[in-house]
Amino acid sequence: MYSLPSLAAPCKVLEFDKDKCVGCNACVNTCPCDVMIPNPEPGEEPIVLYAEECWFCGGCVEECPHKALTLVPPAKQRLSTIWVRKSTGKEYRMGMKDPLPPNTRKPSGRT
Amino acid sequence: MNWHTYVNKTGKVPKWPYPVNYGKENIITSDVLIVGGGVAGCRAAIAARQRGVSVVVADRGFSKRSGSGGAGVDHWHGAVKNPCSKVTPKMYSEAAMETTDGYTNGLARYIIGSEGWDALQEVEEWGVQIRDLDDEFKGSIFRDDETKLMFAYDIENKHCLRIYGYNIKPVVDAKMRELGCEVYDRVCVTGLLTEDGRPGARVVGAVGVNDRTGEFYIFKAKAVVVSTGHTNRLFNFAPEMTESQSMTNLNQTSMGHVIGWRAGAELIMMEQSGPNVLSGMGYAPYSTGNDDNTYQGSRIVDKDGREVHYADAEGNLIYDEEGIFKSSEEGSFVIGHGIALDHGIMPKYKISGTDPDLWSKVQSGEYQMPFYTDFPGMSDTSRDIIFQLMLAHEGKCRVPIYENLTKWGFDPAQDMLQYPVSDYGKLPLNCSWCGTDKTPDNWRGGEGGFLTDWRLQTTLPGLFAAGCGPLPSQGCHGESQTAGRYSGRQAAVFAEAHDALEPSRAQIEREKARCYAPVSTEGGDIGWKELNYAVARLMQDYCGEYKTEHTLDMGIRRLKDLWDTEGQRMYAGNPHELVRAIESLSLIELGLAHLEASKARKSSCPILGFSRVDYPEVSDDWHCWVAVSQDEGGVKARKVPVDYYLQGEYSGDLEENYRKYAELEGK
Ligand SMILES: Cc1cc2nc3c(=O)[nH]c(=O)nc-3n(C[C@H](O)[C@H](O)[C@H](O)COP(=O)(O)OP(=O)(O)OC[C@H]3O[C@@H](n4cnc5c(N)ncnc54)[C@H](O)[C@@H]3O)c2cc1C
Ligand code: SF4
Ligand code: SF4
Repeated sequence: MYSLPSLAAPCKVLEFDKDKCVGCNACVNTCPCDVMIPNPEPGEEPIVLYAEECWFCGGCVEECPHKALTLVPPAKQRLSTIWVRKSTGKEYRMGMKDPLPPNTRKPSGRT
Repeated sequence: MNWHTYVNKTGKVPKWPYPVNYGKENIITSDVLIVGGGVAGCRAAIAARQRGVSVVVADRGFSKRSGSGGAGVDHWHGAVKNPCSKVTPKMYSEAAMETTDGYTNGLARYIIGSEGWDALQEVEEWGVQIRDLDDEFKGSIFRDDETKLMFAYDIENKHCLRIYGYNIKPVVDAKMRELGCEVYDRVCVTGLLTEDGRPGARVVGAVGVNDRTGEFYIFKAKAVVVSTGHTNRLFNFAPEMTESQSMTNLNQTSMGHVIGWRAGAELIMMEQSGPNVLSGMGYAPYSTGNDDNTYQGSRIVDKDGREVHYADAEGNLIYDEEGIFKSSEEGSFVIGHGIALDHGIMPKYKISGTDPDLWSKVQSGEYQMPFYTDFPGMSDTSRDIIFQLMLAHEGKCRVPIYENLTKWGFDPAQDMLQYPVSDYGKLPLNCSWCGTDKTPDNWRGGEGGFLTDWRLQTTLPGLFAAGCGPLPSQGCHGESQTAGRYSGRQAAVFAEAHDALEPSRAQIEREKARCYAPVSTEGGDIGWKELNYAVARLMQDYCGEYKTEHTLDMGIRRLKDLWDTEGQRMYAGNPHELVRAIESLSLIELGLAHLEASKARKSSCPILGFSRVDYPEVSDDWHCWVAVSQDEGGVKARKVPVDYYLQGEYSGDLEENYRKYAELEGK
């Protein structure tokens, strides 16, 4: 066990999909705030060093050529984004235990 | 993975991954230097380059995604010359001037009205979709079927457009690079260089520090455009809590104002202030049910499904969708949100909003909390235009909101999004995601900027201002991109007419010593965050809602004390922290500019949100700008007429001035 300072909050702004990430660092080099640094081990996923400086722009997610990144909203936001299915009255939220199947409809526009 | 996981897994602390060379000089020369590669800066760079001069851009982040505008846009303001619009540049500027009693940037608004449509058509050419090309919204009240343009806020006057702008920054950035502008990313510009190093003299370049390597950059240029955007961090600082909901990121510290202030430029409107709504316990923009801006027109219901109506500016309830998108006064038009004209706006220019009696109706039991955005209760077209178009393209929405919501199964055809449980009577601008009543009372300033002429040249020759922040009273993409394009053109014209001047070595040395103090001071123990918190504390206390000559003087003294004491004990462990520390220190100078401007205005001024306890009256003698600047002799302040751009050397006619100075030839 090591002596470490507490986790920053939010703790985990990005989730890397281990099966997809090739450690190319495109995300590191996109981030305007330098939230991440490259992993010292080439090919490994980047390290989130300054989580509390992430402003949730989503730029890194967009630039990942392997679709390996997910932006994780802070828990306070997962718990304040709530919806109700009109037909059943059932409540849902981001980060819920038994997720609904994703809605795969694409945004409007050609981009 | 996060840092803790790495350390726990490997037992190692990762080394700083970039080569560090504190103070190593890089000298870069160009005709025009752009400080800040946001949308305004990129447009300035493109426009200058198109005039044939060489252009260098220094950006604090990574220009492809940096700035407030880096994450998308759904509303385009100011394109009043689009073929469907019934608003003219004159109407647009004069409405802004009228509703603010003159306290607005009338000249910039006229420029924006005149060229905003051109600026938008250019991004269309480069790859941003601005029309409903696939006829998805054919026949809708928001669309003109001939041009396929779509409108927001006001469907009669059609001057504000809905666009598919989620990729706008990468598109503008690519164009800038394609044209051969040389871009230096991750360089924070920290100071301007002036002729012979004198304050108030011609600007001949700038210096900066790279936040990965710590290297020093000396930019020499014939003309400089400053386009560093709005401020974050001065009055409020709590990144752990606020970054996910912020409209600016931590790179935005109004450094452009600071370097101009230090170089002797005149700033106006720096005393503007008001209650802050986007701090503390706010929500991520558009992440909750709401009826604001991007969501305007969406159906609102209470817990039991009872519909809540919108009301016009006079408080009359509106029962049809078309009525939501009209002015309450025949012959007038809706100005719209987000262009620094929201506070105290005259009813005839005001956007519709939630029923103003909603809170009393909740208290009387007529409505039950919470409320919901009832997407399923809307027509397919109206729902899609909000969710599939606006929300999917708006800033900070595509990934954090649209993709996250849909990934977790949200389907607007079936689901209603919950509003926060709030005091619904307290929602100014209907902006429920601000968490207005959840945020402890606190204050902010930030609409002030450089006093400019009709060329958008500041009072320092060779220094031009562009975009939100550097140009006072601005707030949006359309304005920033259009004014950026205009400033870049003007900077190029200036560069063509002037020789390069060698910067003063003494000034470079002074700037350098200041920058590297946090990594060269023995025993430094104050980190960038600690200093930043202290600045915000002082600004809340001494530049907040209650001001007197005495308390303003106290604020000035305390900021200087902070500079002389804790400010001299800064610590930075790597180049990233060094640049953050330089930014935190610069906030002390920015705070001083706010306090000095507040001290100079000896009268309260509600439109500027400015109240002096010792000068409560709103005096006609002070119906003017207060321009503050500093030189070796100290701080100077003078009165400038609010419509100075229609007086003295200028014509009284907006169009005549525009024609004379706009450099339309060879555009
Ligand atoms: C969530 C969100 C939604 C929005 N929606 C809309 C909308 O729908 N319509 C609309 O009109 N507007 C919208 N806006 C506002 C709009 O994005 C801004 O008004 C616009 O981006 C301002 O452009 P700018 O270039 O002036 O500043 P910014 O885009 O903020 O760019 C400033 C640039 O300066 C750089 N910089 C700062 N300091 C330094 C330094 N010291 N050295 C070097 N570089 C520096 C930064 O890195 C940044 O790139 C939205 C903003 C947000 C955050
Ligand atoms: S861009 Fe994608 S693949 Fe490359 S390092 Fe980042 S997450 Fe991994
Ligand atoms: S979301 Fe934006 S700020 Fe956060 S890590 Fe990704 S690029 Fe950086």
